[in-house]
Amino acid sequence: MDIYQFVTGPLAWASFAVFFVGVIVRVALYVRGLDWQLDRVAYTEFKVLGIKGAIRSIVCWLLPFGTRSWRYYPFFTLIFFTFHIGLLFTPVFLEAHNILMKERFGFGIWTISGATADFLTLSVMVAAVFLVLRRIALPEVRILTKAYDYLVLAIAVAPFLTGYLAAHHIGHYQFWLIAHIVAGEIMLVAIPFTKLSHFVLFFMSRMQIGMDFGIKRGGAKNKKGMAW
Amino acid sequence: MAQGELCNRKKVDTLEHLQALLNDTNGKKYYEEMNALDVDTELLWNTIRKTLKEKARIRTWLEICAHCGMCADSCFLYLANNRDPEQVPSYKIQSTLGELVKRKGQVDNAFMQMVMDTAWSKCTCCNRCGTYCPFGIDMGIMFSYVRGLCFQQGFVPWEMKIGSGMHRVFRAQMDVTTEDWVDTCEWMAEEYEEDYPGLVIPIEKVGADIMYTVNAREPKHYPEDLAEAAVLFHIAGEDWTVPKEGWEETSLAMFAGDWEACKLQVESVYDAMRRLKAKRMVVTECGHAYRATVVEGPYWAGLKSGQTPIPSFHYVEWVAEALRTGKLKIDPAKKIKEPVTLQDSCNYIRNAGLADYTREIMSYIAEDFREMSPCREHNFCCGGGGGFNGIGRYRKQRNIGLTVKRDQILATGAKLVIAPCHNCWDAIRDLEEEFEIGIRWSFLKPLLLKMVIIPDHMKPPEE
Ligand code: SF4
Ligand code: SF4
Ligand code: SF4
Repeated sequence: MDIYQFVTGPLAWASFAVFFVGVIVRVALYVRGLDWQLDRVAYTEFKVLGIKGAIRSIVCWLLPFGTRSWRYYPFFTLIFFTFHIGLLFTPVFLEAHNILMKERFGFGIWTISGATADFLTLSVMVAAVFLVLRRIALPEVRILTKAYDYLVLAIAVAPFLTGYLAAHHIGHYQFWLIAHIVAGEIMLVAIPFTKLSHFVLFFMSRMQIGMDFGIKRGGAKNKKGMAW
Repeated sequence: MAQGELCNRKKVDTLEHLQALLNDTNGKKYYEEMNALDVDTELLWNTIRKTLKEKARIRTWLEICAHCGMCADSCFLYLANNRDPEQVPSYKIQSTLGELVKRKGQVDNAFMQMVMDTAWSKCTCCNRCGTYCPFGIDMGIMFSYVRGLCFQQGFVPWEMKIGSGMHRVFRAQMDVTTEDWVDTCEWMAEEYEEDYPGLVIPIEKVGADIMYTVNAREPKHYPEDLAEAAVLFHIAGEDWTVPKEGWEETSLAMFAGDWEACKLQVESVYDAMRRLKAKRMVVTECGHAYRATVVEGPYWAGLKSGQTPIPSFHYVEWVAEALRTGKLKIDPAKKIKEPVTLQDSCNYIRNAGLADYTREIMSYIAEDFREMSPCREHNFCCGGGGGFNGIGRYRKQRNIGLTVKRDQILATGAKLVIAPCHNCWDAIRDLEEEFEIGIRWSFLKPLLLKMVIIPDHMKPPEE
């Protein structure tokens, strides 16, 4: 087995397995760790209020400029959404990935054009540069920043950089292709074990705080729900 | 393990212990002893592990915080301190709780004092940052958890130790005994009876519509507040009562992080609810009291519904209802004509969703109502929350904290600030003392009393 077969074969399977199992475990642990008395939220007693609050909390925050906080930092919000949209959409809808999927599983999904993919990939990288600059430039972000934050960012961006180089045959194609695959696999494995777990835990935490604010706090007696 | 005579891990359960603390002027000896207080690292780590390590919310929060800094500008203390990066909410929690977790509780005295100073002088638990973080990471919640850890270790500001001791000994934040309370009710009813014939303060009446509860400072320092409440209930024709025991709503124990005392305190009120079987409870104008007894209390008491034994309402809810239904009628000629603004108490606005009720009240009583910016659920803490008002050690920091509210008030152009919350009221009073910006401040009750139409049959007979 050559190295290409290895990284696209057993290693790919292993990293997908770690990713899926890891993500499911994180979600399960989160839900199991909820404690009505410790969190001081009557989760089960007020299901409807809780669900309403949770949905409102998630939806408002998924919309660019959907919350006061997003509107307060317009430039950062722009970078933030650009970065995350590119990060999520590109790998899923990329034609090359879908061709692979068809070969292996016999099905693919709707894909984006090469130009769009390039645009999204470049956007992710440009946004990442801004994220780094922001960390360095703003004292309130600098004080929070640790080397780990850069590492996590690097893990997320590496598949894009390597993928772009490979796709455009810049430098040694075979090398960048393998680097791309490995980078993608590192990211998959890292998601459950690092800060990148916020990929799913964002939804869990937002849901939980939405229930908190919906059941007993700012959204409880406010007919419109919490004003995020 | 070394513990001081006054500064220690013991809970204040006796009058003698409380008295000893009170005798120590400004906590001089107390804070001296604190410098020698050992940290029980085993207890600390066990407590953290038991609650935090196994439980999802706080652990996840510490882990996924993206260090994005979006919480920075949300904190009034960050703004008031010239955007000091050390006041960024996320930094405050990472450098205290985050470190405690990382070091598995292996910390020393100096570290614990730093944690104490941070928990009480750099956060009022106003929960504003939590509503601005994309993940909903709530530093206010985490800091109240940190306060609990500090309390358990004896690293707690002197006034807070006394405050929680008061609740333990008197079931009130001040040394108001049952006799004092009953006397005050009777005295106030007598005082005001001449002007409002038929006025009574019914004590311990079973089956009334409303059970009214207060902040201990009212009977202790402002008994007129109690009288004003009585007069307004009287004019509104309410069938109401106050309990003989379980009349105190506030919880300095909540500010202190003494969860056991919190439970004792709210249970005294819940017992009164069960005993008197009123249809509902109405709380006086106090934000943290409402939060302690109505919003958080049921959980301390282990009530799975998260609800008090009978439905509970903040005073602004009652006033809005009374004005809406015509139980109280305002004389249009006496409405507030000058520009007036309103302090939104985080504790019942952001933390209970009552913003609309206060606006409704304004629509009845004020002709030129001016909102602060930001307001409602997005208001800033006035600077007096979380016990900040009462702690001598942090007076300077508190005064800096007041500046954000000062500027907000100045921007409205109003000279009158309505503050239907004891802590906010105090903070705004101190703000005027400190900065002399020429404002007045008031609770709702005295304002309403000046404006409300008194039915003829309730007026005193002409001489
Ligand atoms: S806004 Fe939230 S995620 Fe960002 S630094 Fe503050 S607490 Fe962390
Ligand atoms: S809870 Fe309030 S005071 Fe505390 S850090 Fe957050 S915004 Fe600041
Ligand atoms: S003192 Fe008032 S404004 Fe400050 S936290 Fe408490 S309720 Fe909010």
